[in-house]
Amino acid sequence: MHAGVIVFPGSNCDRDLAVAFRQAGAEVSMIWHKDTSLPGGLDVIGIPGGFSFGDYLRCGAIAARSPVSRAVVEHANRGGYVIGICNGFQVLTETGLLPGVLMRNAGLKFTCKTVGLTVSTTDSAFTSGYQTGQLVHYPIAHHDGNYTADDELVARLNGEDRVAFRYADNPNGSTDGIAGLLSENRRVLGLMPHPERAVEAVHGSTDGTALFSALASVMAPA
Amino acid sequence: MKAHVHVMLKPGVLDPQGEAVRHALGALGFDGVTGVRQGKVIELDLAETDKAKAEASVRKMCEKLLANTVIESYRVEII
Repeated sequence: MHAGVIVFPGSNCDRDLAVAFRQAGAEVSMIWHKDTSLPGGLDVIGIPGGFSFGDYLRCGAIAARSPVSRAVVEHANRGGYVIGICNGFQVLTETGLLPGVLMRNAGLKFTCKTVGLTVSTTDSAFTSGYQTGQLVHYPIAHHDGNYTADDELVARLNGEDRVAFRYADNPNGSTDGIAGLLSENRRVLGLMPHPERAVEAVHGSTDGTALFSALASVMAPA
Repeated sequence: MKAHVHVMLKPGVLDPQGEAVRHALGALGFDGVTGVRQGKVIELDLAETDKAKAEASVRKMCEKLLANTVIESYRVEII
């Protein structure tokens, strides 16, 4: 597996994500946001957490219009895999690769803690290492993680089995408890919780490991 | 030429920040505030001198970047 991790000014989970990819056996390329093309042969692109461009205008809005994001959209449109975590999820909604919007947490506070999530579907390269309904623990650390979608969109996401993760105890007001969702072709995953911060015993949870290893198992070894 | 862009959450979209401001106003003794919606104003300095062209171009900017039209509406004022 060859993974690319995008680095925006203000990204702060880029190296954690690279470590998690490498742990799953990937070769990792770090990609600066001003790059207009991607390294050849990328299997998956990771858009990391952080505060790209200081969260100015709207979270992820400026990053979604940066040169590299056009290349990411093209990669996704060609059927490439993309995972956006936290700020990366916000970037994916701003690019339109995933529907809906992440708004300010209902409680208005930045929330930083480990939360329980249920795996809602195992029908994706990201979640095939789990059991449907399995409870996993990943940390969250966000101010704007309140996933907002209208009834029609929620019905469509549920109907198409595109909700990947749901909060066991909704920490931010997200519609239908949605913590992570998949694109129509199931190859783009956006989620607010951080699987890359749950891959070593010292993290307090290693539940994220199965996500990266499942992804690696569908790709050719690096 | 200047443009003022007003970006507001669409009606029906919950505005927790506006709600928090409403509660704070109530706590300060300002009774009778039945709703608060918080938005933003963006001021642009434009080289364009034709008002219609300026407005058309700013509306494009709103659609592409300044507003997230899933949840936000915008109003353009050319000054």
